Amino acid sequence: MERTPDAALIRGLTQRRISRRDALRYAGIGAGAIGLAALLDACGVGSSSAAGSASAAAFDWSQQTLHHQLNFANWPYYIDTSHGTHPTLDTFTQQTGIQVNYKPVINDNQGFYAKIKPELEEGKPTGWDIIVITNGAQLSELIDNQWLIPLDLSKLPNFTKYASDSIQSPSYDPGNKYSVVWQSGFTGLAYSPKATEALGREPDSVDDLWDPSLAGHVGMMSDNTELGSIGLLKLGIEPSTSTPADWTKAAQALQQQKDAGIPRGYFDQGYINQLEDDNTWLTQAWSGDVFLANQTGYPELKFIVPKEGVMFWHDNMLIPVGAANPLDALTYMNYAYDPHVAALMANYIWYVTPVPSAKPIVASLPGGKPVADSPLVFPDQAMIDQTHTYYVYTGTEDLDQWNNTFDPIITG
Amino acid sequence: MEQHLRSDHHGLERPAPDLHELERGKPRLGKRLAPYGLIGPGGLWLAIFFLIPMVAMFLLSLETPVPSQGFKDLGYRFTWHLGEYATALSMFHTQFIRSLVYAAIVTGLTLIVGYPVAYWIAFKGGRHKTTFLFLLLLPFFVSFVIRSLAWQFILSDGGIVLTALERIHVLPQGFHILSTPTAVIAGIAYNSLPFMVLPLYVSLEKIDRSLIEAAGDLYSTPRDVIRKVILPLSVPGIFAGFLLTFIPAVGDYVNNDILGGTNTTMIGNVIQRAFLNDQNYPLASALSFILMLVLLVGIILYARVLGTRQIEEYL
Repeated sequence: MERTPDAALIRGLTQRRISRRDALRYAGIGAGAIGLAALLDACGVGSSSAAGSASAAAFDWSQQTLHHQLNFANWPYYIDTSHGTHPTLDTFTQQTGIQVNYKPVINDNQGFYAKIKPELEEGKPTGWDIIVITNGAQLSELIDNQWLIPLDLSKLPNFTKYASDSIQSPSYDPGNKYSVVWQSGFTGLAYSPKATEALGREPDSVDDLWDPSLAGHVGMMSDNTELGSIGLLKLGIEPSTSTPADWTKAAQALQQQKDAGIPRGYFDQGYINQLEDDNTWLTQAWSGDVFLANQTGYPELKFIVPKEGVMFWHDNMLIPVGAANPLDALTYMNYAYDPHVAALMANYIWYVTPVPSAKPIVASLPGGKPVADSPLVFPDQAMIDQTHTYYVYTGTEDLDQWNNTFDPIITG
Repeated sequence: MEQHLRSDHHGLERPAPDLHELERGKPRLGKRLAPYGLIGPGGLWLAIFFLIPMVAMFLLSLETPVPSQGFKDLGYRFTWHLGEYATALSMFHTQFIRSLVYAAIVTGLTLIVGYPVAYWIAFKGGRHKTTFLFLLLLPFFVSFVIRSLAWQFILSDGGIVLTALERIHVLPQGFHILSTPTAVIAGIAYNSLPFMVLPLYVSLEKIDRSLIEAAGDLYSTPRDVIRKVILPLSVPGIFAGFLLTFIPAVGDYVNNDILGGTNTTMIGNVIQRAFLNDQNYPLASALSFILMLVLLVGIILYARVLGTRQIEEYL
């Protein structure tokens, strides 16, 4: 299995290669304006950020035409793949004539957002027509700054018809003004037989992450929203309604876990490799990754819903302001909500598909029966009842406080 | 200025004094300006790629975000706010010290490992010197991220090395090397070895062999030859190797990312997180600036002790 280095290491890839015209423009800037102001501006720290908002508000869908081109930034292993190609994308190209430049360049929300933010601030195109961002601080920032093109739901008939009730008009984006869900998923626990051996039983609780018999072999996430949320769950606090005082308590519990030498480390997407390599035995995990690991040579790994419950998140397709091909992007969004397409993707991705009616189609696919029956892909009410949602940051100050509470644990 | 420049280059032949110049007492204008013209390209390079970014970074560290409702981004305002420096030092002094300690150990390790290698290639390499140097650099044709990831794979708890050693009871059960300071330091040392060996090799290679013969003729023991002749003559190489190893090692963040654990975070990781994850540009700039300042002061002191006379020839 391919290993995924930290996002920053491959940050050169997170932006589409600049075109020749861009290169000339940048060369012009370089030659003409070496002044300090220009440099500061280029660093994205200029004081003005109004440029983006004007174009977002004035967006007129009736003026748009298809360009038969689509630049799609997504997370790794997040679309059906067969022999190096993506069958649903190939079918899309055949049906619509739209060529898709699909790049799995997003390894974490924060890192990817930090890369595209300077362009958005200056009202420049990011180079992407669709990006996939989890509900959370970065999505709120994109919405509040009007850095997303409002969607025309009348051009998304499949969404209105087939999307699951749970993701229509979500609390983080009422009325699906800017976003439609790509896939959803759960953050729970994953473990290898070594954890069972060390504990003398199957792990079943968030408390097991604090168990001294697993010292040095517990994987925690470096994403501070995930880390803070599991700290809150451990204390029996509902993350979505937590207060800064609760955060401090959760941080203390996490610090105590760290001081006891129990976590092996704080990992990004690479946590799954740590589990596969036996470095960690019990780890925080995203539901779909474990199933993919099962298919690729690690059948012994298991994903569980601990008795405290799991975090339920949604990854959203968005069109950033300045996108060159917005109508092509919207066409693709509609295509992704076709139940047949959703079924083919669900059968590969193993996360929660936003299209419940894909279930019978998945069941009919070769090897699709266990996928269709899994509550982690097609969650029933019992599963939904065990989920929690993240705390919704009210603003930058709030977010800073969360960061300052949990970051010292990760970077200590 | 001109005098100064000339006297520094004693390796070069000194130009014969111009008689006309001496008569007139003052060199021609063109001649007086020549040194400035010569440092022009290099100076411009430094100004564009070092000085201006430095100043920009410093100014950035004194900015504060404009307060706003929700997540609306109103950018930063220059306020002469020095608070970020206090935050940087009070929150992250552990990582500063840790990075300096790791880098010092790395430099020591690479010197101990690299010196014999460089010595052997320079003195015993014969006509295959180039081949040996090439072999030394061969692993570095692969990206260092890939190489570090390979180490993560090789040294993992369930990997080939540890399971084999545990099976023959060389290592106790449950022993692990990844996620420890040892793994991080070893990773950086491994990645910086050639940067130590190459300058050492150059300085050793330049040593006049007749000096060693002369030492032998004067009844010096082989140990004394190394201690009193070879080692002092290779000091510029050691200095250059130190600079090329120590400075990148302090700022390294990749090895900790890939090989590190819970208490191995280096200052590079903190800066990376502040810049890219939390987008706290002022704090990140303050951290970077402090790091540069510490390194700069340290290196100036170090250079005063060892002297910089011929260093530039080896860098």
